Amino acid sequence: MSRMTMIEAIRSAMDVSMGRDDNVVVYGEDVGFFGGVFRCTHGLQQKYGVNRCFDAPISELGIVGTAVGMAAYGLRPCVEIQFADYMYPAYDQIVSEAARLRYRSAGDFTCPIVIRMPTGGGIFGGQTHSQSPEALFTHVSGLKTVVPSNPYDAKGLLIAAIEDPDPVIFLEPKRLYNGPFDGHHDRPVTPWSKHELGEVPDGHFALPLGKAAIRRAGSACTIVTYGTMVHVAEAVAQESGIDAEVIDLRTLVPLDLETIVASVSKTGRCMVLHEATLTSGFGAELAALVQEHCFYHLEAPVVRVAGWDTPYPHAQEWAYFPGPDRVGRALAELMESR
Amino acid sequence: MTSNTVPHDAALHDAPLRFHVPEPASRPGGQPDFSNVVIPEAGSVRKPPVDVAPDEIRDLAYSIIRVLDSEGKAVGPWAPDLSNEDLITGLRNMMTLRSFDARMQMAQRQGKTSFYMQHTGEEAVSSAFRIALSPGDMNFPTYRQAGLLIAGGYPLVDMMCQIYSNERDPLKGRQLPIMYSSREHGFFSISGNLTTQFVQAVGWAMASAIKGDTKIAAAWVGDGATAEPDFHAALVFASTYKAPVVLNVVNNQWAISTFQGIARGNSGTFAARGLGFGIPALRVDGNDYLAVYAVAQWAIERARRNLGPTLVEYVTYRAGAHSTSDDPSAYRPKAESDGWPLGDPLMRLKDHLIAIGAWSQERHTQTEAEILATVIAAQKEAESFGTLHSGGKPSDRDIFEGVYAEMPPHLRRQRQQIGV
Repeated sequence: MSRMTMIEAIRSAMDVSMGRDDNVVVYGEDVGFFGGVFRCTHGLQQKYGVNRCFDAPISELGIVGTAVGMAAYGLRPCVEIQFADYMYPAYDQIVSEAARLRYRSAGDFTCPIVIRMPTGGGIFGGQTHSQSPEALFTHVSGLKTVVPSNPYDAKGLLIAAIEDPDPVIFLEPKRLYNGPFDGHHDRPVTPWSKHELGEVPDGHFALPLGKAAIRRAGSACTIVTYGTMVHVAEAVAQESGIDAEVIDLRTLVPLDLETIVASVSKTGRCMVLHEATLTSGFGAELAALVQEHCFYHLEAPVVRVAGWDTPYPHAQEWAYFPGPDRVGRALAELMESR
Repeated sequence: MTSNTVPHDAALHDAPLRFHVPEPASRPGGQPDFSNVVIPEAGSVRKPPVDVAPDEIRDLAYSIIRVLDSEGKAVGPWAPDLSNEDLITGLRNMMTLRSFDARMQMAQRQGKTSFYMQHTGEEAVSSAFRIALSPGDMNFPTYRQAGLLIAGGYPLVDMMCQIYSNERDPLKGRQLPIMYSSREHGFFSISGNLTTQFVQAVGWAMASAIKGDTKIAAAWVGDGATAEPDFHAALVFASTYKAPVVLNVVNNQWAISTFQGIARGNSGTFAARGLGFGIPALRVDGNDYLAVYAVAQWAIERARRNLGPTLVEYVTYRAGAHSTSDDPSAYRPKAESDGWPLGDPLMRLKDHLIAIGAWSQERHTQTEAEILATVIAAQKEAESFGTLHSGGKPSDRDIFEGVYAEMPPHLRRQRQQIGV
């Protein structure tokens, strides 16, 4: 075991995977010599050579399209899109090609690729470095979508994603790269070295895609969330004294419905929380599933807390981000609601 | 059963394929090496008439048009007709941009804003191009063409208020610093996503032609971002519809950590990208204010005379970091900037002005101080309206305004939730 930041854990996952399987190749913009603008691939080119880790031209379409072709050959590309916000030129290759290749060729060709992308806000990145586009992927049949919330999970889930036989979208909450973030932006930053989930196995280990984790056991209500918001939810539960159970989904598709249903059936109250915009967000899917499966256990309507339905602003970042105040107020209302 | 397979050369067939990844000439710890940048003598490249057939000037896509020679003289057929006063204005604009950059870079380091991008070494490109445009023409810029605004007389205070995201920010705090927008100054709203503007410029130019207008468009992109599909779509549409647009590629050698060879591949130059589309392509010394102006004027005239698009590659060098989030010492030799063979655009124009007797070191020093004072005064004024983390701020209301022309009910409800 070693203390790792989320960046180091992600790098370690790729390192371990490249060491075990010659078919794993890693590329993207600034990914080769420099090791990525967030340094997630630092040292991999030096260790595995330019055939296995290299710089790509600035073309997300090209990066994903070539990854589909490599996967058709039999490689396992793990590519980086520099920011999730830059993913759109690749969207046709993701939606129409990667996601459907197995289905349309009846398994003749498959697409075991991983597309990593930093996601989410909290770094004053403005509207083109802050988006959370997970719902654009969960809506597409054939894709798996993963959002880790800590170094331990990031490594285990990324190794599982690389070994998965189907295309996986791996969204890395960039505000969590160097430490857990509970939404209190005015307080000192805490590093991963002080967090138990910053302790990560050095070698190979995989976490199953489709298994949620309960970060905080509780009996008063359930907060279903993922990524950065896991830490916000934990902080709010701690500070409000409301005994909330916090579920970290870890993967959105496939979804661990059982864990959600068991929790909400127990608590009778549910908040769905994400940083992405509200309308048609993944929270809508979660809320629908909760009412389908837990209707007779619910003591209050399911409440959604999410980013506002606007582009992510620069100056007003903290009025946009669903931080502890907004989550805390909504949680108090959820407890009073009947 | 017969086979359709042609008998193959066994030796060739069995030879393993090799994967090719281009490498820059040197890396940190190495010596700067620009031996791959072949630089013709100033004045040596011919100047064709603007209605030349594209296939007659294919060689110009592989050369470099230069006007200022090593002694600071303007030589050859491309030497433009600019008065001393025009040239001094050009120098002042570039000096203002450099001074502005230095102050804003420092402001970012002081925590007054989140982010900044400097133009160091590339000041001539946007500053000279802007002078060749006419009122009403529209630029579709990237994040490194603020010279278009400064040379166009856009107020420094407004630029700074945008950078500070303060209460006077014309963009209401919504955009990252330096992502300016000014229709009035012929400056299309900057996107943080690369190359999207390049094809939009072609569309703007097509619209101008559809309406029988007289205005032309200028598209801007960096070397690295030419790899995006938008660039290729822009060339197709510009070629097909003979759009009145100048397609500018600013080749500053580096796309963050990635050297230009990764985007260029084996095509030799970025200008050569235009040839397959039948678009006349010129390559110009981007650190030569006079050459940039002359080439811009030539391309703009072609557009205005219904001769269609021109692709221009500006050969320059990004002397500074990509942005305040970048450290180039991790991927290129520390002294690489000093080895850049096309020099510093400010110094070259200054030397030229001195060589023709229109300028002196004394006037230069005096002007430098005067410009710094102007920039500092603008900064002081801008800061009186707030900086990113202190003083006047845009309203949280502004998060919800402007998503649509008219605010739909669901946004109104969300706005009410934060009580603004």
